[in-house]
Amino acid sequence: MSPDLTDLSVPATAVGGPLLEMTGIVKVFPGVRALDGVDLDVVSGEVHCLLGQNGAGKSTLIKVLSGAHHPDEGTIRWNGEIVRLTRPTAAMRLGIAAIYQELDLVNDLTVAQNISLGHEPTRAGFDRRHAERQTAVELLLRLGHPEIQPNAVVGNLPAAGKQIVSMARALSRDVKLMIMDEPSAVLDQGEVARLFQVIRDLTANGVAVIYISHRLEEIRAIGDRVTVLKDGRTVATGLPAKTTTTADVIRMMTGRNIEYVFPERSREIFEGAPMLDVVGISRAREFEDISFGVHPGEVVGLAGLVGSGRSEILETVYGARRTESGSVRVDGKDLHAGSVSSAVTAGVGLCPEERKSQALLLDQTVANNVTLASLRKFAFGPFLNRHREDSAARRQIEALDVRPSDPQRDARTLSGGNQQKVVLARWLLKDCRVLLLDEPTRGVDVGARSELYALIRELANSGVAVLLVSSEVPEVLGLSDRVLVIREGRIVHDGPAQGIDESDVLGLVMEGSSR
Amino acid sequence: MSDSVVAVQTPVPPPVGPDDSAPSSSRLRRIFRGSVGRNLGLILALIILIIVGVVTGGERFASIENSLTILRLGSVIGVVSVGMTFVIIGGGIDLSVGANVALASVWATTLATQTMGRDVHWIVMVGCAVIVATCVGLINGLMIAYGRIAPFIATLAMLAAARGLAEIIADRKTQIITVQGFLDTFSGDVFGVPVLVIFFAVVAVIGWILLNRTTFGRRTFAVGGNAEAARLSGIHVQRHTLWLYALLGTTCGIAAVMIMARTTTGSSTHGMLYELDAIAAVVIGGTLLTGGRGTIVGTVIGVLIFTMLSNIFTLNNLSISAQAIAKGVIIVIAVMLQQRIADRSRAVT
Repeated sequence: MSPDLTDLSVPATAVGGPLLEMTGIVKVFPGVRALDGVDLDVVSGEVHCLLGQNGAGKSTLIKVLSGAHHPDEGTIRWNGEIVRLTRPTAAMRLGIAAIYQELDLVNDLTVAQNISLGHEPTRAGFDRRHAERQTAVELLLRLGHPEIQPNAVVGNLPAAGKQIVSMARALSRDVKLMIMDEPSAVLDQGEVARLFQVIRDLTANGVAVIYISHRLEEIRAIGDRVTVLKDGRTVATGLPAKTTTTADVIRMMTGRNIEYVFPERSREIFEGAPMLDVVGISRAREFEDISFGVHPGEVVGLAGLVGSGRSEILETVYGARRTESGSVRVDGKDLHAGSVSSAVTAGVGLCPEERKSQALLLDQTVANNVTLASLRKFAFGPFLNRHREDSAARRQIEALDVRPSDPQRDARTLSGGNQQKVVLARWLLKDCRVLLLDEPTRGVDVGARSELYALIRELANSGVAVLLVSSEVPEVLGLSDRVLVIREGRIVHDGPAQGIDESDVLGLVMEGSSR
Repeated sequence: MSDSVVAVQTPVPPPVGPDDSAPSSSRLRRIFRGSVGRNLGLILALIILIIVGVVTGGERFASIENSLTILRLGSVIGVVSVGMTFVIIGGGIDLSVGANVALASVWATTLATQTMGRDVHWIVMVGCAVIVATCVGLINGLMIAYGRIAPFIATLAMLAAARGLAEIIADRKTQIITVQGFLDTFSGDVFGVPVLVIFFAVVAVIGWILLNRTTFGRRTFAVGGNAEAARLSGIHVQRHTLWLYALLGTTCGIAAVMIMARTTTGSSTHGMLYELDAIAAVVIGGTLLTGGRGTIVGTVIGVLIFTMLSNIFTLNNLSISAQAIAKGVIIVIAVMLQQRIADRSRAVT
């Protein structure tokens, strides 16, 4: 028996058979099973939509398909043959092209140069610039965008233009399967309509498209079949895109397996003046007229999709972005717009989204990281009292149970959960009155999460006003007293967390109304 | 059996494993984790150089007089290197230090300044040099912190401009210092130690305290290690960057006074290639060019390695060109070793 050989000897394309067939794909990263048995089949000429919440495994699946990650288990068949996509070039050679959310274009090169990047037409080592431009013109015409100049510098194009260039680049190779990851996120309605026209032209020519979007109305408009992922598994595949109801889709996307333990909410009724008072702040193209208050002891959660403006709101409250109108007040006093130090002085602390690049000094000790925001407490004139500094850091490390508890260890060596505790400790030491948490459990393993949740609630109970942003809806609902739902830069819902469930929130962020 | 007893009683060598926490070794461990441990490789290199010097130069190298010569030679560039250490730890670079030294030395030795120095007090000349150089540093800092010009470009422009200005002021002539009080003060000794060496020592000690014992120093590490994290922690990153370049300017002013004393002149050709020597000394001393990590002790040793190398070459009648080659090789080897050590310490923890 030599199954491998027989597999290879099977005639390639059975007519009507799927172009791509993935079965039982598993991908494990340290501490997390990102993919845990994904099945997906795609036939030529269809638009196959991929749905799933943040963290369901969509991005990992795309990376497996484009050769950026190798699956630990499972098989990928291409036209019926088993293939191993060991490198991005291997996927490209088969005709798989991915267009990512963060477009992978070189901003300083021209449109034509970007399109032929990596397979430039050359003669005796010299660029054939005329041929390069000619190809670009033809492809842009095929995509219905002849107005884009092949000599234009890509960095100067609007987002929609970049998307088109990215697609032209995919088409410049002989593409059979195009993966589009939230292509409409950066487009306005007219541009989306044109994008759909391009997709229809592609599928009419037999190209298959995997289309990822959170917007259900788009999926109805363009999609043929739907596959739903949840917690790294396929929960449903091959559903008809036009007729499956929103309620069904949302039910399949939620229904969790992993349950986190959320601490009990305080029974307090929040009245009187809020500690943090946000009044009508706006920033063009990010969010508009946002107003809310957070009381001492209260946890307020912001729910919304990536790009809905939730993180931008948090950063504006903190002064890292300057509001264009309205104001932010802490304890009744206006903060200086666009000034982080004004917010910090007033007692506001931020645990930013990107812990490593925005919060931590990775090569410095845990102790130095903890005391960074409150150095003045340990200073006599310019001089630091390192003994007092050290013992204060040690107290915080013990109080928050950072492990290992050695304050002299480099911050780099801690796990994600413990690094997050270090950032929390920094603001506790500062005696902050308002704490802004952006994705507090990103990159934190399952076990440490419940611990962080308890810690955040404890902080609130001690009188801190907490504002929380998270892409994980259960986290927002489980941890907050009050929930604000953000869609396209506006608050579409404001109410107690008990009165709303996950599917309501998903309905609100995806459709704009709760069912 | 008796072996094991002896082993327990002898002082334990520095433990390698991170889990060892016996109280007797913890002090040793702290020392080795501190500046001594981090600079172990440098100290070894210095010792090797001394051995080479003794073997090839013998008495001429190992005399007190020659040691003082080495220190005197290294003191001017050493003062600049201490300031440079701050800027590089803070994530920047300054190519204009040599030109700055030249400009300050010229400005402080013009006829007008010297006349004032004679009529009022020679301290006027010192003040002039320090103020001019600090202002140049402030302009660098303003361009970089608030004008958002890349440090490399801003200080490259200053390199050209400051030396040009020095040439105009001095009219390309060497200005000889005639103020006797100035010369007497700075060319003398204190208990046999040249005043220049004392200057270097004082600047290094103040630099060490500033870097390791003050909020300013801690913030320097934070700004260079992760500017965004520093900003989000409420540190005024721009203002801090400005002060870093101003501080380096001040050390250039001090260096200008020292070079004026050593050569008894002010000249637009002073401080040629100081930027390269200072950056090289800082980098050999283990300071990361990307910022966030570095030591004053390392920089001082880096300066000593360079000057001792020159000294050995001169004593053995080797050419300056051969010396330059050796310097280049040493820079590469030192940086490679530093990286190796940094990678290993990261892997262990």
